Amino acid sequence: MSILRKALATAAMASALMAGAAQAEQLRIALVAKALGIGFFEAANKGAQEAAAELGDVEIIYTGPTDTTAEGQIEVINSLIAQRVDAIAVSANDTDALVPTLKRAMDRGITVISWDSGVAPEGRQMHLNPSSAPLIGNMIIKLAADELPEGGDVAVLSATTTSTNQNTWIAEMDKIKGDYPDINVVATVYGDDLADKSYREAQGLMQSHPDLKAIIAPTSVGIVAAAQAVTDAGKVGQVNVTGLGLPSEMAGHVKSGASKSFAIWNPIDLGYSATMIAYHLAKDHATAEPGATIPIGRMGEVVLDDNAEAAMADPFVYDETNIDEFSSVF
Amino acid sequence: MSLLKSREAILALAILALLGLIASRFPSFVSPRSLARVLTDTSPLILLALGQMAVILTKCIDLSVAANLALCGMVAALLNGAGVPLPLILLAVIALGAALGAFNGVLVWKLGIPSIVVTLGTMTIYRGTIFLLTGGAWVNAHQMSAAFKAFPRTVIAGLPVMAWIAVAVTAGFALLMTRTPLGRAFYAAGGNPHAAVYTGISVGRTQFLAFVLAGALAGLTGYLWVARYAVAYVDIAGGFELDVVAACVIGGIAIAGGAGTVAGCVMGALFLGIIKNALPVVGISPFWQMAISGSAILIAIAFNAASRREPGRIILKKAEARQLQEAGQ
Repeated sequence: MSILRKALATAAMASALMAGAAQAEQLRIALVAKALGIGFFEAANKGAQEAAAELGDVEIIYTGPTDTTAEGQIEVINSLIAQRVDAIAVSANDTDALVPTLKRAMDRGITVISWDSGVAPEGRQMHLNPSSAPLIGNMIIKLAADELPEGGDVAVLSATTTSTNQNTWIAEMDKIKGDYPDINVVATVYGDDLADKSYREAQGLMQSHPDLKAIIAPTSVGIVAAAQAVTDAGKVGQVNVTGLGLPSEMAGHVKSGASKSFAIWNPIDLGYSATMIAYHLAKDHATAEPGATIPIGRMGEVVLDDNAEAAMADPFVYDETNIDEFSSVF
Repeated sequence: MSLLKSREAILALAILALLGLIASRFPSFVSPRSLARVLTDTSPLILLALGQMAVILTKCIDLSVAANLALCGMVAALLNGAGVPLPLILLAVIALGAALGAFNGVLVWKLGIPSIVVTLGTMTIYRGTIFLLTGGAWVNAHQMSAAFKAFPRTVIAGLPVMAWIAVAVTAGFALLMTRTPLGRAFYAAGGNPHAAVYTGISVGRTQFLAFVLAGALAGLTGYLWVARYAVAYVDIAGGFELDVVAACVIGGIAIAGGAGTVAGCVMGALFLGIIKNALPVVGISPFWQMAISGSAILIAIAFNAASRREPGRIILKKAEARQLQEAGQ
C-alpha cells in the first residue's frame, strides 16, 4: 500500500513539476479531501474548478487519501509540500494530528487553510465553516415561515436533549423568533436520533397539536422519520416537514410533497469559496487575521472572527427544483 | 397456577389504569383509531418479546435480536433494490434471521459458552456486517419500491398487516407453548434442566431451537421495521434489545427460566408500548420522560418480585430443633 502511495505521489509530483514548468505563472492550489471517492468532496472539487475557471491563473490539484485517516492525509500533504504548491486547503480527518505537517508547509511559504472540518488554529491561517449557528438557527425557522404566509403553529423535532449542535441551533432560532411574529413554536420534542422514537414523537406532535402546520427537524434522522410519519398520517400538504437533511436521504420525501424544502451546506459553494480564499491569501490580497475581510467571488465575502474562523453563508436550500441534481452527489 | 393467573390479571389491571390515567390528560388517546395505532407501533416489540420469551424460558438471553433485526432489515432493503419480489424477500429474511439465531444457538449448545457472552459478541458482529455490506450508506425511501413499503401498511379489517402479523404470531406462540412437545420442552429445560434430561429432553438442543425461533422472528421484524420507517442504516433499532428484555420481565417471564406465559409477555410489551406512545402526547417534559419510563419498569418488576417471593422453608425441622437444643445446653 505504502509503495503504491509513494509511486502515485512520485508520479503526481513528476507530472505536477512538468505542468509547473510549462505554466510557470499558474497559482497551484491543492484541495485536500478527507478521502477520495466521497460524493461531498467530489462536489467540492467541482466548485473549486469553477473558481479556478473564474480566476484564470489557478490550477487545482484535487487530492486526498484513499481512506479517512489522518496518516493518509499527512502523506498527501507531505507530497504536496515536496511539489511546492502555492496553497493547501484541507478538510481535516483530525484536528490536531495534521498540525506539525501543516506548520512545516507554512514555514515553506505555503498558504494553509482548512475548510469543512477544521484544523487547530496553530496549524492553519484560517478556517472556513460552511455556516454558523446563528445562520442555521435563522434558516430553519425561515424555511418553515416561507411556506406559511398566513403563519401558524410549528414544532421542533430535535435529536437528543444533550446534542450540542441541535441545542445551539434551536437556541439561536429562539433568539430571532420575534422576526417571524406569525410563526408560533408550540413544542420542542426529542427523537434521540432514533428512527422509531422520532417517528413516534412526530405522530405525537400531530395528535396533540391538530393545527400543526410544520415540523422543523434539524437532524438527518429526525427529518426523514418525521416526513414518513406525516406521509403515513395522510397529512402531506397539511404539515410541512423541514429542517436539515441530506439530499440523497430526502429525495423521496421532497417528491412526495411531505417536505417542501430543507437545507444543508452546499459542497460546491464550499469548494468554490475555499479556493477563492486560498487564492487571495496566496496572492497577498488579504491577510488572515481576526477581523479581516476576504472576498469570495459570487458568494460575497467572509469576515474572520477572533479564532480566524469564518462562516461562508446561509445553509443552501434544496427543493423539488434541484433535488435530483444533488441527490446523486451526497 | 392461581398465582400465575393473578399476575396476568394484575398486569391487565395496570394497563387499564395506565390507559385511564392517560385518558384523563389526553382523552383521544383511547379512541379505537389511536389504540390501533399503538398496537401497530408495538408490533415489532411484541414479535421480538415473544422470541425472547422462548430464549429466556430456557435460562438463556439473546442480546443480539436488535442487531439481527437491523441486519435482516438492511438485507431486505438491498434485495428490494436488486429487484427481488416481496414474497422471496420475506422468505429470505426469515431464513437469514433463523440462521443468525442458529449461530448463537450452536455456540451456546455445542461450545457451552454463556448466552449473554455469545450474544453480546454476535450483536457487534451483526451490526458490523451491516457496515461491511453498505459502507455506512443509507437505503432511503425513494430507493425502495412502493410494494415493499406498502405491505405492512395495508389495512385489513381496520388493522394494518403489521398488527395482524403480531396477532397471528401471538396466537401461534400460545399454541406452541401450551400444546406442543417443543413448547413444554422450553419450560422443562429452563425450569429444571436435570429433570428435563431424565425425561429425554436435550437441554442444549432446546436452547438452540429457542435461539432459531427468536432469530427468525427478528428477521421478519427486520423487514417490517425497514418498510414501516422507510429507511435502513447501520444503527436502526439501536438499544432495542433492552426494550425487548424489559417487556419480557414486565410480562412476568422469570429471568431464571422456566416460568412465564405468552399473555404476560404480550401484555408486558403492550405496557411499554403504551407508555412510549403516550409520553409524547400527554405533554410531559422530555427531560422527565426517560425517568418515567425507567420508573414504570422498576415498579412493574418490583410487583412481580413481590408476588413471586416465597417464604423461606426449613426442610429438616427436627434436626434444627435438636441443634437449637444442643446450642442451648
